Amino acid sequence: MPYLGGEEALRELRRALANPHVQADRLRYRAAVLRVIRMPGIQEYLQQPLLSGLRDKASYVRRAAVLGCAKMLKLQGDCEVDGALVNELYSLLRDRDPIVVVNCLRALEEILKKEGGVVINKPIAHHLLNRMADLDQWGKSEVLTFLLRYRPRSEEELFDILNLLDGYLKSSSPSVVMAATKLFLVLAREYPHVQADVLVRVKGPLLSACTSESRELCFTALCHVRQILGSLPGHFSSHYKKFFCSYSEPHYIKCQKMEVLCELVNDENVQQVLEELKGYCTDVSVELAQGAIFAIGNIARTYTEQCVGLLTELLGLQQEHITSAVVQAFRDLVWLCPQCTDAVCRALPGCEDAIQDSEGKQALIWLLGAHGEKVPNAPYVLEDFVENVKSEMFPAVKMELLTALVRLFLSRPAECQDMLGRLLHYCIEEEMDMAVRDRGLFYYRLLQSGVEVVKRVLCSPKSDPSLGLLEDQTERPVNTWASEFNTLAPVYGRERWALITAHQPEPSYACSPCTDSRNRDTESLISEGNKEVLKVHPDTGSLTLIPDVYLTAEQFEKSWLSLDMSCHLSLPWCGTVHPDTIQTALHVVHIQTIAMSKAGVQPWKAYLSAQDDTGCLFLTELLLEAADPEMQVSVKQSEAKPEALRAFISVLRTVMGAAAGLGS
Amino acid sequence: MAGSVPGQFRFRYRCPRGSIPDPPPLRFPPPQRKVARKPAPRDHRRPVRRRPRLRAAGQWRRAAAGPGPRPFRPCHVTATRQAGRSPAMLSQIFILSSKGDRLIHKDFRGETCGTSTDLADTFYRRITSLPGDQAPVFMAHEGWHFVHVRHAGLYFVATTTPDASPFTLVEFLNRLVTLLRDFCGPLSEKNVSLNFALIYELLDEMLDYGYIQTTAPEVLRNFMHTEPVATKPFSLLDLGSIGLFGAETQQSRVAPSSAASRPVLPPRGEQGTRNEVFVDVVERLTVVIAANGTPMKVDVQGEIRLKCYLPSCVEMRIGLTEEFCVGKSELRGYGTAVRVDECAFHSSVKLDEFESGRILKVTPSQGEYQLADDIPSPLPFRLFPTVDQDPTGRLRLYLKLRCDLPPKSQALNVRLQLPVPKGVSSLAQELSSPEQTAELQPSTKSIRWDIPRCQGGSQLSALFKLEVPGLSRASLLELGPANLAFELPAHTCSGLHIRFVRLPGPAGPPQRWVRYLTHSDSYVLRF
Repeated sequence: MPYLGGEEALRELRRALANPHVQADRLRYRAAVLRVIRMPGIQEYLQQPLLSGLRDKASYVRRAAVLGCAKMLKLQGDCEVDGALVNELYSLLRDRDPIVVVNCLRALEEILKKEGGVVINKPIAHHLLNRMADLDQWGKSEVLTFLLRYRPRSEEELFDILNLLDGYLKSSSPSVVMAATKLFLVLAREYPHVQADVLVRVKGPLLSACTSESRELCFTALCHVRQILGSLPGHFSSHYKKFFCSYSEPHYIKCQKMEVLCELVNDENVQQVLEELKGYCTDVSVELAQGAIFAIGNIARTYTEQCVGLLTELLGLQQEHITSAVVQAFRDLVWLCPQCTDAVCRALPGCEDAIQDSEGKQALIWLLGAHGEKVPNAPYVLEDFVENVKSEMFPAVKMELLTALVRLFLSRPAECQDMLGRLLHYCIEEEMDMAVRDRGLFYYRLLQSGVEVVKRVLCSPKSDPSLGLLEDQTERPVNTWASEFNTLAPVYGRERWALITAHQPEPSYACSPCTDSRNRDTESLISEGNKEVLKVHPDTGSLTLIPDVYLTAEQFEKSWLSLDMSCHLSLPWCGTVHPDTIQTALHVVHIQTIAMSKAGVQPWKAYLSAQDDTGCLFLTELLLEAADPEMQVSVKQSEAKPEALRAFISVLRTVMGAAAGLGS
Repeated sequence: MAGSVPGQFRFRYRCPRGSIPDPPPLRFPPPQRKVARKPAPRDHRRPVRRRPRLRAAGQWRRAAAGPGPRPFRPCHVTATRQAGRSPAMLSQIFILSSKGDRLIHKDFRGETCGTSTDLADTFYRRITSLPGDQAPVFMAHEGWHFVHVRHAGLYFVATTTPDASPFTLVEFLNRLVTLLRDFCGPLSEKNVSLNFALIYELLDEMLDYGYIQTTAPEVLRNFMHTEPVATKPFSLLDLGSIGLFGAETQQSRVAPSSAASRPVLPPRGEQGTRNEVFVDVVERLTVVIAANGTPMKVDVQGEIRLKCYLPSCVEMRIGLTEEFCVGKSELRGYGTAVRVDECAFHSSVKLDEFESGRILKVTPSQGEYQLADDIPSPLPFRLFPTVDQDPTGRLRLYLKLRCDLPPKSQALNVRLQLPVPKGVSSLAQELSSPEQTAELQPSTKSIRWDIPRCQGGSQLSALFKLEVPGLSRASLLELGPANLAFELPAHTCSGLHIRFVRLPGPAGPPQRWVRYLTHSDSYVLRF
């Protein structure tokens, strides 16, 4: 009992609560409701005062009583929600006091949590819209959030609502502006031109939040600017100067600003942006300087020549951390934009002395190995590394060195043969790290089998320009993030957000972890070249399979027999994949395996089931006849939904493709 | 409760030259029907007029709300799936000192009782394990999300759920800071712990069950029973340094004036003794000047703050410079107009005389407005550097700093920070006057040149000789850019002035104080 002493005090309080004079004193009433409510055994005494508090004359008491209802019901836990109380609260939405109205929404949201929260139907939505003007900024932004649930019935109504809320896009409070923006984006999901207009309108408030005195607000706004830039790359290009870093800003804001600068660069401002970024490269803070260099590296994918010149200039500084970052940027750049290889190779000589860290060394060695034929002194640089390999701290560098030297040996055998022998000898005989030793042995045996074989293994393509295009999938449609706007998701960034939500047990957040984990896991399963699979992803967004739905074999059999075939298709299949692999892969995307033949049995069969969030069941049979190169797939659906069926099949196709890729 | 009316009151203006052009007003016509771009007010209200159907008392009850099983509502489920779920909700609020001591800790929902981890400790461990100043504002921990703002070395932290609006949270925490400053005086560890009872009272009224109730100071003040404890008794001796209440300039050198340390809540029995109004015009300069002297980025953000200790709630009239133009197109007066790109006013400001006479009518309360600004006057400082190498191989750096303010004004606490090549080993200096100091800071590899005061129109110079072993042409790249920090009392870069502050009423004219200050947020001079 955290707030009160013994039984005596408790009895005193009960008496006080029942006393009409105490109820009349709103402050004391409020205090009593606030404190007593957490005590066990007091709830039965509380119900009556709370209900009378809901009808009190003083708005202050009504405010406390409304939220008091939510507290009380939370304490009672699992018991049935009182319908009369819910009705009372719904009718209190018409209260004169604006805070009571907002509190009612909050309380209903909590009380009806199990049913999905408060229902916003047309009369309620219109009523709330009319009351908007009376609310303070907190109330406004909250009501705007609640209104997200409302779907206008007609186009006319939709535009009426937008007209009515138009003024809030200009509010002086950023929280109201952002809540209104989100509502506009969500409501106008079928009208891209309206969404574009809204984003133009919100530019001003966002920019002024970005330059706000409060660092924290500034940071939040910058994150949202990045979110918008993901869909509309040119959106803030004319205001690029706003995103130049100030001297006194903390590090995390500077990093965000540099990311924004990378994203909004275009033909007109590229010169100024690069000039600005160059200024940051010599900053005292190592992280910031390296961040600026990587930012220039990013821009180099589009404006290669200028950036390579700039980065080469930076090498002249002979600073350890700068050189290391520049070489790493070069490595990534050469892989994505092969046209700059010659310029990079000309810049490389001389930087080996300044690099000390593992990442930088690896990047340099990779470059020398892959493009050694263009760097005249490449073998000598690598020779230095071979000489010092005993004192080398990082195993990763040694592995990189092995690969690079074998590669260089293929193009310049005369200069490399001797030191390659020494390096292999060292790695196999003296090296303590098992991974390095194994790699050494691997190359040794590979070399034993002849140069042609080595060439076939090692001379893979040296660049992949298509990857650059795939990697920055710009212009994601606004609708993909509209529901995440003004939540913590853009603040954390996409990757970290996925990580955070993945750890959460409840499957209830705006971006459902179910779809999430599927995307992530399959992505890691998919081999790089499988572009068809990548394309499938956006389509599957509409389907959400529910985890932990277990059908028994009998239930399955009954449904299977009662349903008609929805779809039949055949997947290419090559030989031997272990059933366990398939089962695990299917489990990742929440498809349950009901039954499955043992490995190698002819014909091989498996029965699968899955359920999506609308309750639609998908039952599947996989059949592999002897010596048939294709797997026969039959899908049955409990409700006829062609859209969902297509999504399900594409998921299935992806998973089976991935599993086959793993097995072979 | 007819006491004095407290409230700090702000007025911000911002945006530089070449800033956002006014976007065209939004147009939301339904594709088929042509509707006027801005429908008449009546038209706007159409949803309202459809309301008659709602008049029946039971209309809002959902059919399913009665006893008995509720039917499945499909639209219900789809709606929640897309929308952000719960409204902005703060589960806990705590204020930590810079050493991690818990000054204030309030749990609104009792949701963490079961868990063994202590969130305040967890937060502090997370925030201190991050290197340097790269503390992210938002952090996640086992399903909880921390949001924090930092003020005066204190952490103001809230825990929340992931779908809360980050803007609301940050804005609320900032508002909390302002309110605490209003109610308890300047924020410090000592002050917060002395006033903890008052702060708990405030939090009780501001939030209920984690939901924001109200933050209006004139409302909150009615419920406060505890009196603020001042850390320092108000003394006339402190008046020597004129400063601003709460203005956080870059160097925090501006000593708080009496208004700063005084809470708006007057001690009981003392009402009516003070009859004062403070109007402060504060501007922040963000400037980047290129090597050839052309300003690359000039951004002035200003704020008009009002703090009053008045016995009654009267409407106040504040007159601004008449040549005050908003937007690019508007023209007023002749010649040197104050041109502003954007301005925003607090909702309690009445603007009916703003168009004609540039007069704001204010009923004093907490508030902020924002405007934007463009500078007609020259920038306050120019730097002319010369770099060469003397015969002995030392790097000679000759800096000439010109102050372009009008002769009557002066700049205080000028500090120039200049990064130098990292290999530097020693510094020799020749400064133009003895009160200036300069030193080499080994940690940041930069020269710091302090000038306590600099008269308008004057020119200062300094000669630095640097010993840099292994000097190369490339290491000259590491020189600069210089950053200047300064304060300009009684000066506004925009030229905005308050013409008058008028209060009606028989109570006799109160003391009215109008002060101006410009300080540099970031003033970068390229080499």
